[in-house]
Amino acid sequence: MIRFSVLVSLTRMLRNIGHGFSNRILRLGAGARLFGLTLIYSGESFRRFHLTIREVYFTGVMSLIIVLVSAFFVGMVLALQGYYTLQKYGSSEAIGVLVALSLIRELGPVVTALLFAGRAGTAITAEIGLMKATEQLAAMEMMAVSPIARVIAPRFWAGVIAMPVLAALFSMVGILGGYIVAVPLIGVDAGAFWSQMQANVDWRLDIVNGVIKSIVFGVACTMIALFEGYDAPPTAEGVSRATTRTVVTSSLAILGLDFVLTSFMISM
Amino acid sequence: MERTSIDLWVGIFVALGLTALLGLAMKVGNLTTSSIGETYTVSANFENIGGLKPRAPVKSAGVVVGRVSDIKFDASTFEAVVSLSIDKRYAFPKDTFANIYTAGLLGEQYIGLEAGGDELSLANGDKIMQTQDAVVLEKMISQFLYNKASEAPTDTATKTESPSTKSEDDALGANPLDAITQTATP
Amino acid sequence: MTVNTAAQNIVEINNLSFGYKGRLLHQGINMVFLRGKVVAIMGGSGTGKTTLLRLIGGQLKPSKGEARVEGQVVHHQSRDGIYKLRRKMGMLFQQGALFTDLSVYENVAFPLREHTNLPESMIHDLVLMKLNAVGLRGAHKLMPTELSGGMARRVSLARAIALDPDIIMYDEPFAGLDPISMGVICDLIRTLNDALGATSIIVSHDVKETFAIADYVYFVANGVVAAEGTPDDLRNSTLPFVHQFVHGEKDGPVPFHYAAGDYAQDLLGFENTRQGA
Repeated sequence: MIRFSVLVSLTRMLRNIGHGFSNRILRLGAGARLFGLTLIYSGESFRRFHLTIREVYFTGVMSLIIVLVSAFFVGMVLALQGYYTLQKYGSSEAIGVLVALSLIRELGPVVTALLFAGRAGTAITAEIGLMKATEQLAAMEMMAVSPIARVIAPRFWAGVIAMPVLAALFSMVGILGGYIVAVPLIGVDAGAFWSQMQANVDWRLDIVNGVIKSIVFGVACTMIALFEGYDAPPTAEGVSRATTRTVVTSSLAILGLDFVLTSFMISM
Repeated sequence: MERTSIDLWVGIFVALGLTALLGLAMKVGNLTTSSIGETYTVSANFENIGGLKPRAPVKSAGVVVGRVSDIKFDASTFEAVVSLSIDKRYAFPKDTFANIYTAGLLGEQYIGLEAGGDELSLANGDKIMQTQDAVVLEKMISQFLYNKASEAPTDTATKTESPSTKSEDDALGANPLDAITQTATP
Repeated sequence: MTVNTAAQNIVEINNLSFGYKGRLLHQGINMVFLRGKVVAIMGGSGTGKTTLLRLIGGQLKPSKGEARVEGQVVHHQSRDGIYKLRRKMGMLFQQGALFTDLSVYENVAFPLREHTNLPESMIHDLVLMKLNAVGLRGAHKLMPTELSGGMARRVSLARAIALDPDIIMYDEPFAGLDPISMGVICDLIRTLNDALGATSIIVSHDVKETFAIADYVYFVANGVVAAEGTPDDLRNSTLPFVHQFVHGEKDGPVPFHYAAGDYAQDLLGFENTRQGA
């Protein structure tokens, strides 16, 4: 009897694992399908480009404050921490390089994307989820207007446009924050700060790669947010769960993609 | 919100982003000097380039005049062939001297050009004949220790008259660090 | 089928079955919607009335049979074909389904902007005309969140008729409205149908209002058309199901209890399972 129940619970466990796994694969497939459809309908949505501009306003401009303030603090902390370590080796002038490279190569794209997922991604998911729950998407369908062309694609391209812009601003403001801590507060020589930076930051290897990263994160983050909203069960609970999933999935995707991209870029 | 004010804000947003990118490129990445427009390429052979890497700067009198464009190994001479892209604006005499220097004690390595006195200038595809290898820190230290080790026994012998026959005999084969400790603790 | 009847029947549902996840919702439904009439589809909650509208609109595909709109089988159409058919349809959703990020004016202008290249002045006139028809011309600057339920549904109706459709579909137009709004909507459905020369399909379970305006009524139960006829026919129907529905009786062919096992057995069974565990 006991052995039988162990067997039952074991098979149930395996079945749960299998169910979860196949569910994830199915969702991945559905997400890829939505991505493909978004690309197909993009042409249709570009004919009404002001829709995309409107979404750039809501995802990009509205995220400016949080991104810029975070960037400023991240830059300042980087400079403080960097100085603490570098001065032990008598090379506190290298603080400019340290701040600039960490921001441009890693922190700029990654932290911006994480903030974007929290600020704009959740808003996108909740909005689309509610539009679905209140039958707005179905109404659009019935009016012979494709919701993917009218609602999904403009938001997607807005995210892809906004992310590199935000990341570039993040890096710039972060370096400014680092400068303010390093030069006026700590007293590192301003000339050394900038010249060391300029000597060691490469346009293609560092800046262009950083921009490429942020574009990839923009695609991933926005697509995840859109899919979670589009796929959400049309209930209050469904939308709130979808919003949570957006943050979790986006964050993991950003960090995972960051590793993959970095290893590609270093090996190249 | 009115469409015109949204357009305005988005315009400002994108313009700010482009400015930031331009700022990064100019002020931080120093695109102005790192992408030299017109260049000519010369090569130089080194027996040992140490830690020199492609894209390392080529400096003359401390000013960046070019970049290392390529590093190859020549299997017939067992030497490193380093190609240098030098800005067309700067001409160097044919007998220019190429050294591999290190920025600071542990910094990155770069190539320093010291102009000679030849009338003719280096042209595209030419070869710099006079080169000096990178200073390899380990080599320098071991050389220094070797020298120390070979002179150490006499020093200690004269000073302390200790029975140092052992150290005299084994001086060459001994661990250089022993010699150092011996000299350091007379 | 002759050409004449095809011209008469703007929408036809032929032997249509639909189901998902192995459960059949409809099992061979036949319906005919005559041009210019107000036709109602009635039935209890969960009998797939709204699903029928979606099948007509091409948002769902039938498992068997077909829905025809103006003689064309809906689910055989390509995406463009379905979109072309949908431009002849207007639909009023249960909750109105207004676009919450657009004003009342922009909501009504939406189909015009999407499907026509009319100049702004023309769109302005058309939108105000449609809003006037539902009595909300004065509310064109409001946002959907500022409207009451009845007003939202009227705006939605104005949006549904923006392109002068041949078919207007109403999904539970009376649900959750106060008696005044209900009367207003009721009146609008009839007058708009006659003014536009359109065909209206109403999905509802509100007997009084629906019977007041419908020309013909289909009763759906257990996946089939259980009864059909004019409101007067049905009011006097002796069919037990129709009688129960029309007069709102608690028990009848539609049982009060959801299908269940023996009551006593269920209560005792709990004890048994406890002991077993």
